[in-house]
Amino acid sequence: MSDPETGDGESSDGEELRDNVGQRFGRLPATPGDREVEGRASRAEVIDFFEERFGIEPAVFEGFSFWEKGKGKIWIFADEMPTPIRIEGLGMTVLRTRQEHWKPTHSAVQRFGHHATKNVVDLTPEQAATFARGEDQDFPEWDGDWGYLIASHELAGEPEPIGVGLYVYDELRSTVPKGNQEELPVR
Amino acid sequence: MNPLERYAPLVDDREAFFDACERPLPSVVRVNTIRSAPDRARAALDEAGVGYEAVDWNPQLLRLDERGPGTSWPYFHGWLHGQEEVSALPAIALDPQPGEKVWDSCAAPGSKTTQLSAMMDDKGVVIGNDNNLGRLSALRHNAERLGVTNLVVTKQDGRNFSLKPFGFKEFDRAIVDAPCSCEGTIRKNPDTLDQWTLEHVHSVAAVQKGILSRAIQATKPGGTVVYSTCTFAPEENEAVVDHVLDTEDCEVVDFENPLESRPGVTEWEDDEYDPSVERTHRIYPHLNDTGGFYCAKLEVTA
Repeated sequence: MSDPETGDGESSDGEELRDNVGQRFGRLPATPGDREVEGRASRAEVIDFFEERFGIEPAVFEGFSFWEKGKGKIWIFADEMPTPIRIEGLGMTVLRTRQEHWKPTHSAVQRFGHHATKNVVDLTPEQAATFARGEDQDFPEWDGDWGYLIASHELAGEPEPIGVGLYVYDELRSTVPKGNQEELPVR
Repeated sequence: MNPLERYAPLVDDREAFFDACERPLPSVVRVNTIRSAPDRARAALDEAGVGYEAVDWNPQLLRLDERGPGTSWPYFHGWLHGQEEVSALPAIALDPQPGEKVWDSCAAPGSKTTQLSAMMDDKGVVIGNDNNLGRLSALRHNAERLGVTNLVVTKQDGRNFSLKPFGFKEFDRAIVDAPCSCEGTIRKNPDTLDQWTLEHVHSVAAVQKGILSRAIQATKPGGTVVYSTCTFAPEENEAVVDHVLDTEDCEVVDFENPLESRPGVTEWEDDEYDPSVERTHRIYPHLNDTGGFYCAKLEVTA
């Protein structure tokens, strides 16, 4: 019986891509050219995504490794581990791939969003409270790109990312996960 | 009979001890320094009109005037995490450094684990293990909420924990915050003693010995292992340390304990323990207005 991810039984010419195995973590290849697992994003593509969409400098992710577990769920880890590895968790979820529009996670935006320089929307206290409750709101003031944005507000004198918003048709949709939604004071 | 009566001979002020056990616990949060400096978190609480008092021995711990930080902006942002004051002690005794490899053998739900990550500036590796899937899910949720990226979550039996998956052979430090009879949590869970039996104390002590032994074996010579429980029973505290002093290569070492404590006991019922267990710490609820706790720091000698 061949093991689809350790490479046992892999074809000798190396052209055949292996299937992604959902129950374990596989490290992302450095570039698309290094890809050995079908459909897996590369480290370079992930870092490009954050730079192109949000202006986050690639240097922010230096020293971190990126992993896939489950279909398209990307995790970020502060150190290195052998790949593949069958464990319960490896760092933090950071991005959802294998879909037309990649979506950063709520936790990724809260953790790294302060490095963003574009596609960030600054919310008023009322808008921020609506967003944290997980509610959609009219948002005609945004004339930038459609798609995923970082919703931010001011807290203790500085901007602080709240979560991921989806902007379409003059509307800002909150994607704050149910378990994180909160009824918070307007301030 | 109240099981706590058996410890009355160990405490210096019986009345203060029993009174404190009846009082509810103050609500304490730890500032998650991965996400916010303590100053900024305090400023955010001030803005929100949430009253608090900084704990005098640690600026990252804040005693709230009222229960529950769950509905405030700084909590939503993962700047704060509810954590009992005394439970911040084992990580402080362990003193993990950025870049090290640290094992937390009984990690869920993760207050201490995420504290270790924060102390390491979220660099290096914390292996957070637990053997219960439901508790692991709480650990994962908390780590994610607090923005921890240096945590590896595993589900193994701590007594025969394998490092094989990780590509390294030993830890720099390990923490065994063991499953225990939880007598010291009486202020948080007043019904915690309803199920108390001496048989359970003995059976959980056997598990504690197994996990602590494995932690010492898996830690490099010169490395540090911290053992802690939230219980008063010497069977689960000094007796467990005494056991590993006999069977493993380790010794008890001192650490700077910012809380008032009493030395470990060297005699209990018909047993005598190694004299060095006097250098371990018993914390009774009336000493610092916290839960009850026990903490020992060990150095691996070979």
